[in-house]
Amino acid sequence: MRIILTNCKVFGNDKADKVYIEDGKFANEFAEDKADRVIDLKGAMVTPGLVDMHCHLREPGGEYKETIATGTASAAKGGYTSICCMPNTNPTADNAAVISGIMKKAKEADNCRVYPIGAATKGISGDQIAEMGLMKEAGIVAVSDDGHPIKNAGIMRKVMEYSSDFDLPVLNHCEDPSLSEGAMNEGEVSTSIGIRGIPTAAEDIMIARDIILSEYLNIPVHICHVSTKGGVRMIREAKARGVKVTAETCPHYFTLTDDMCETYDTNFKMHPPLRTEEHKQAIIEGLKDGTLDAIATDNAPHHADEKVCEFSVALNGILGFETAFALGYTYLVKTGEISLEKLIDLMCYGPSKILKLGRGGMNVGDDADLAVFDLDHEFTFEKDKMLSKSRNTPYDGWKLYGETILTIMGGKVTYEKLC
Amino acid sequence: MGLKSKDLLGMKQLTAEEIMEILDTAKTMKLVISSANKKTSHLQGKSVVTLFYENSTRTRLSFELASKYMGSASANISTSGSSVNKGESLLDTARTIDMMGTDIIIMRHNQSGAPHFIAPYLKASVVNAGDGMNEHPTQALLDMLTMYERFDKFEGKKIAICGDIYHSRVVRSNAIGLSKLGAQVSVYGPKTMMPTGIEKMGVRISDSVADCVKDADAVMGLRVQLERQQKSLFPSVAEYAHFYAITPEMLALAKPDAFLMHPGPCNHGVELPTAVYDCDQSVINEQVTNGVAVRMAVLYLLMARRNNL
Repeated sequence: MRIILTNCKVFGNDKADKVYIEDGKFANEFAEDKADRVIDLKGAMVTPGLVDMHCHLREPGGEYKETIATGTASAAKGGYTSICCMPNTNPTADNAAVISGIMKKAKEADNCRVYPIGAATKGISGDQIAEMGLMKEAGIVAVSDDGHPIKNAGIMRKVMEYSSDFDLPVLNHCEDPSLSEGAMNEGEVSTSIGIRGIPTAAEDIMIARDIILSEYLNIPVHICHVSTKGGVRMIREAKARGVKVTAETCPHYFTLTDDMCETYDTNFKMHPPLRTEEHKQAIIEGLKDGTLDAIATDNAPHHADEKVCEFSVALNGILGFETAFALGYTYLVKTGEISLEKLIDLMCYGPSKILKLGRGGMNVGDDADLAVFDLDHEFTFEKDKMLSKSRNTPYDGWKLYGETILTIMGGKVTYEKLC
Repeated sequence: MGLKSKDLLGMKQLTAEEIMEILDTAKTMKLVISSANKKTSHLQGKSVVTLFYENSTRTRLSFELASKYMGSASANISTSGSSVNKGESLLDTARTIDMMGTDIIIMRHNQSGAPHFIAPYLKASVVNAGDGMNEHPTQALLDMLTMYERFDKFEGKKIAICGDIYHSRVVRSNAIGLSKLGAQVSVYGPKTMMPTGIEKMGVRISDSVADCVKDADAVMGLRVQLERQQKSLFPSVAEYAHFYAITPEMLALAKPDAFLMHPGPCNHGVELPTAVYDCDQSVINEQVTNGVAVRMAVLYLLMARRNNL
């Protein structure tokens, strides 16, 4: 299969206006009459395919919310070619058999490279370390109990030590459970609407603990979905001291704030919860100065029955694949906070480096993983056009820039906007 | 005449003018309660259903009597003995009631925002009879009616509220409503029961019970749930009563003509000594009567709006 993309801008190569793909790889120039497809991109931007280091695909066990096939199709629509799915499935992805099943389903769907993340502890219960080595042989790239913070510092230490034997990064969801029994950020809004609050201290305390463990053990640790000013500050200080800590945030933490929960709209409910403007600005600062290494989606599909209900009863999480790039481009690049280069770093090279995936290359011979975004025209994001099985997004009707036009993974078109 | 919105979800959604209209209407309704023939025809041919997911004596009975005094067909559902016990969702239950031709659904629910969640799906008007820790608007309205009978205006009046502020929907509704009418609300309770940012709702945070009630025009105690002890929100009933109760000495710090309120049910000897509950300044029993009057006013004004559509 030979494809030529014409009439495009190419990320990182100002002179190029064409991209050649042959046998799944970026290729040298060849004649148009030898191409199976020539796609006119009308001036859109070709970037490396995006990498999401944190998402939920729900299969096995949650197929009524999302399947690996629909989830990866949704990721492709967001410009992703590589994604890492969290292990909180049913059964839990805490053993090689479940990991192999996920890999097989992902291969069948063939929409995205799927790199599973194995459970750090058996049954993500925080008690006993899981079979990390066997899971690595089956394909995992990291371990995490995401959604269930490893609350016992002694277990966290053992997880970090044991995983380092297999060179597997540990990704921790930082929230002290004894402080995080609420349903939204603790503050004047939670007080006003009578929803039990989760203090920023719940997140900060566990981030502090993990930094201390990382420094003491000299083993890397990765902090998932940072949402607080204190978290950003501690990670910044730790990095300056040479601690091997890395961190991600998500688009909702730099685009949304807790006052949006005022109408009890459960699409604004997630863990960690949306914070105040002050924290949102600190997240943006953390992205700008390199404290935060990656933008992940924490894409978390939920069925309408789990979201169309009382606020405190609703499950946590929002969809992220299909809005992440456009939110980053509209709210970080177009606003002048960061460059497009920095955004691609955060959404591709950064996460690829943390997990040692080796993604993002666009040289001749590299796997042809790419995304094409229309950076020049505003579009209205419509949840009814999503490819996910779920609809739990607060961004319906938002006017954004950076719509995905085309996604190619390993030379195969995985998403194409029909127009 | 009538309320602007289809539903009464909270004091947040009411304007100062609407609050005053409810209070003035309630004064008239109170005459019905004290008359020999407690019957009006304001709700004749209408249906009112109470849907309570939490226990209640005063609120539920006063709504039921209010609707019956005004001639409506009324019915009640409680969570035990209904399909809620079979796991039916709140929305399905509410829609079911709605589809039976119900005009007004009065709901109490343990989740904040539950009435806000169902209201847009229903033709019926929804009245919030208490939602989680959020609001209890008709309680605030009856408290305000009790004050209104004693003050000619709310502006500049000082209202002291002591107790478990964190979990109290009564405090939130009173703080919002009284602030809208220009009164100054002071609150005090153990730090473990003080919510973050409550001052942003326009209330003053006091340093002690004495500081809170000093020169107050009205003093309100709040029920402290004894189960909260298990969650380490206070160490013992004895200690709570010693440091946080409204004692006769504390009440004496308020203005001489100040009166004492409590939404009930009261833990005697915990937040209020029995002597205070029964003292001359106590208007706790009158609040109960005003509860019926205010709920008659609310039902009447909601129905007036429905009739005008």
